[in-house]
Amino acid sequence: MKITREEVAHVARLAMLEISEQEIVQYTEQLNAILEYADKLKELETENVVPMAHVLPLHNVFREDEELPCLSREAALANAPAEEDGMFRVPRVIE
Amino acid sequence: MFAEMTVASALEMLGRRDISACELTAAALQRIKDTDEVIRAFVTLTEEKAMTAAEEADRQRTAGAAAGGLAGIPMALKDNISTRGIRTTCSSRMLHNFVPPYDAAVTELLGQSGAVLLGKTNLDEFAMGSSTEHSAFFPTRNPWDTERVAGGSSGGSAAAVAAGQALFALGSDTGGSIRQPAAFCGVVGMKPTYGRVSRYGLVAFASSLDQIGPLTRDVRDCAMVLSAIAVHDRRDSTSAAVETPDYTAFLEGGVRGIRIGVPREYFAAGIDQNVKNTVRQALRVLISLGAEAEEISLPHTEYGIPIYYLIAPAEASSNLARYDGVQYGFRAESDSLWEQFRKTRSQGFGAEVKRRIMLGTYALSSGYYDAHYLKALQARTLIKRDFDEAFARYDVLLTPTTPTAAFPVGAVEDPLTMYMNDICTIPVNLAGLPALSLPCGFICGLPVGMQLIGRPFDEGMLLRVAYAYEQHSGLQKERPQLPRQRGNSQ
Amino acid sequence: MSSYETVIGLEVHVELATKSKIFCSCPTAFGKGANTQVCPVCLGFPGTLPVLNRRAVEYALKAALALNCRIPSFAKFDRKNYFYPDLPKAYQISQYDLPLAVEGYLEIGMEGKVKRIGITRVHLEEDAGKLIHSGYGDYSLADYNRTGVPLLEIVSEPDLRSPEEAKVYLEKLRSIIQYSGVSDVKMEEGSLRCDANISLRPAGSSAFGVRTEIKNMNSFKAVQRGLEYEVQRQGAALDAGRQVIQETRRWDEDRELTFPMRSKEEAHDYRYFPDPDLVPVIIDIDWVEAIRRSLPEMPDERRRRYVAELGLSEYDAAVLTASPSLADFFEAAAAACQEVKAAANWLMGDITRHLKAMGLEIRETKLTPSHLAELLKLQNEGTISGALAKTVLDEIFATGKRPGEIVSEKGLFQISDKAALGAIVDQIIAENPKSVDDYRGGKEKALGFLVGQVMRQSKGKANPELVNTLLRDRLG
Repeated sequence: MKITREEVAHVARLAMLEISEQEIVQYTEQLNAILEYADKLKELETENVVPMAHVLPLHNVFREDEELPCLSREAALANAPAEEDGMFRVPRVIE
Repeated sequence: MFAEMTVASALEMLGRRDISACELTAAALQRIKDTDEVIRAFVTLTEEKAMTAAEEADRQRTAGAAAGGLAGIPMALKDNISTRGIRTTCSSRMLHNFVPPYDAAVTELLGQSGAVLLGKTNLDEFAMGSSTEHSAFFPTRNPWDTERVAGGSSGGSAAAVAAGQALFALGSDTGGSIRQPAAFCGVVGMKPTYGRVSRYGLVAFASSLDQIGPLTRDVRDCAMVLSAIAVHDRRDSTSAAVETPDYTAFLEGGVRGIRIGVPREYFAAGIDQNVKNTVRQALRVLISLGAEAEEISLPHTEYGIPIYYLIAPAEASSNLARYDGVQYGFRAESDSLWEQFRKTRSQGFGAEVKRRIMLGTYALSSGYYDAHYLKALQARTLIKRDFDEAFARYDVLLTPTTPTAAFPVGAVEDPLTMYMNDICTIPVNLAGLPALSLPCGFICGLPVGMQLIGRPFDEGMLLRVAYAYEQHSGLQKERPQLPRQRGNSQ
Repeated sequence: MSSYETVIGLEVHVELATKSKIFCSCPTAFGKGANTQVCPVCLGFPGTLPVLNRRAVEYALKAALALNCRIPSFAKFDRKNYFYPDLPKAYQISQYDLPLAVEGYLEIGMEGKVKRIGITRVHLEEDAGKLIHSGYGDYSLADYNRTGVPLLEIVSEPDLRSPEEAKVYLEKLRSIIQYSGVSDVKMEEGSLRCDANISLRPAGSSAFGVRTEIKNMNSFKAVQRGLEYEVQRQGAALDAGRQVIQETRRWDEDRELTFPMRSKEEAHDYRYFPDPDLVPVIIDIDWVEAIRRSLPEMPDERRRRYVAELGLSEYDAAVLTASPSLADFFEAAAAACQEVKAAANWLMGDITRHLKAMGLEIRETKLTPSHLAELLKLQNEGTISGALAKTVLDEIFATGKRPGEIVSEKGLFQISDKAALGAIVDQIIAENPKSVDDYRGGKEKALGFLVGQVMRQSKGKANPELVNTLLRDRLG
């Protein structure tokens, strides 16, 4: 299964990365090398194998519905690159 | 003198008042000053906070107040472990200025035990790498040969312990990131069972694989540190509700009658012959001490790397999506929201991180999910089954930790070749098992590590076997000779 | 327009009324200062982890059982990945292929017939934050107080055949959710939100036409009007031989039309995968049954009971049982005064008018069932007239005082004293000779006018029946 340059460009859009033409070429090559290696998995018969999303057999881990103190607004915004009126500022979102 | 100490010996001296915590911390800071221009293990030093914490430890000891189990012990944390009020960068431009308003669970636990934080150690950006060359700041050097890499991604932590800068350090291990640098730097490194140590506050790389563990100068220290951090935490849904044993109680058990499985796939082509010989020699020592060993097969081993390089980047692509320059971290300004997002992420992440985000995004994207991601999860089940079957008959498995000893800085450029470094360590993460790397010899002056793999939550068995070997080999006493002057790194 | 059949499916989001958020311990209260109900977890800070709120799961299961769903034994949470500044982690924790509940239904009454609307699935997810778009500047501001509030998504089958049906379905859904007690379901406060998928097909066809998704319909009326608009728009396109484009459109309340939304930047590929930070939820029969037992009587059962046991009409029973607080109020008042019909009429008439005017639920007002019972008793005993009772009701809503107290304070007793009333009657007869003549000339209507004059003169206190009798006696 080969990944094309168009697919690489599409994946970059999904991943919200800006990549140059040169990088597209480079990524296409590198991702193909890795994916070619990953093709090894095709050898495996996995039809009736349960996929393992978790290694531990844990289930039903809950917290009780209790309120705990929040961050102060100052602490919440302390790392913000841009803020205004106690909110996080971003370039205008057009809907 | 500080460089020769261990956690255990330092605690004894503190207990006898032969030394104060302040003296110990001052000695550690001095050692860092003397050596870190060359080694470059630390991204951030917290000298003032360290001295304050040491004074507090001394005060408590003098007042006879119940001091924590690691009171006054100077240590370091990998810089992907959150520290309240101290920047936590993941060695990334993206988080170069990020100061968390919270501690990781392990940071809290070590604070409660009285350990003294010296600073934050370097890593491959977001823990993605096997050499600590992929730090956005600088590479970390191997104390045994500063022309060589420290390994990674916990290279800073391993090098700090090996160079005698800290009595212990914590690292994180997603595919070998504690054990591989431990092997390269000649120290003991353990990846506990998945769920044994809380991941709360560990900046996520691949959530189903990540685990925090200790890097120490010997096996006893490993047991002591593990006892301090292996605590159930309700803030991590994958933290197992298992009691915390005193892991030092396992050390003296000996290996008589212990059944060791030696998987032949880990001694196959691709593993350096000298590494194989060194590990086999260590195995003979264990047999001479009364262990029983048999060659076994873990037939799906060869699929470990392809599985890992689908699952880990897939999870990473989602875990690292949050870095968009809105709430914290680096931001590349633009008038357009989407352009700002793209520029922020393209400039904030390094090449290896972007490569993995691309790979993971692709593996999860519609049309490829079943062929790649789902298939990898199914194959992961097969890896786990191999281990389950082996542990029905054996108490512990013994393998090399890495295919080679530490390689020269800049020697590995091809990503796939770099990924092959983790061939012996990755299956352990996929199966969620505990594993420990400890020094078992040298090749041309470079340390070699052997890996012991155990049943889930059977860290005690690993410590027991490792301790028996270490007592016999005495390798924990070996220390690198470090250049003490600036500019001696050529 | 040719003959088309409308096909509608609704996706409804309901905010669950837990105290804390779904994956962290921040409070969920509405209307607090921006970014004051946030913590490292819901802000998506590095290294933080979600832990599932047990009550959110229980509320979801409760609503699902009330909607007659099947509860599979295994459910899990998945990540829905997309970039948007109201989503701090750049993924929403939701449920993809294994939701908490499936295969339910609810019943609606349409033109006197009961119609069953299928519910495909019910799942839990987290809400996003709020973006405020500055009026003049070229930027937006993000408030993450709502981020992580638990949402229940309820997806219907494409079983709805008209905008009217969609509205009735939504009202019934709200009623059931209210009964199950898991949400305030106030559409105007955003605790109930509705998106619709709508398509047309030639009448008699069984294949589905091309659908559009309609967003931003923020009231029951908006749902109906937005969908009606879309029926017209799609119908006109099909009539003109054009194709309906599959797209997401936004209902504009002011302009009363839908328009295509700019897509959220490029391709949609949510790359769902199981969230490795959360473990599965396994629901055994005991848990399901315990939750089922905790469910109160549902609106349909209650309606049937009102008809069978209280002798109310289907219509009255349906109106009274639409909201649990109204039905509870009704039952309490009726039990206290034994005046079932009168209590029902008051509740459906004057009281509902008051509630609408105030924009409140009955439990949010000063009126209690015992107020109503007492009021009905006063009216029944003849202490006050119907007209006076309305005045007393106004006063109860305003002050919360007892009806008896209001009557004595304001002197609102009905005048049933023959002598006192007789004087007023005589005065009115004297002042209105023309009407008197008209009545005597056979115009029955004129009597009504005279009664009205007496009532006015007595400031509404006169006993109307007695006035009638006195007038007839004197004019007869």
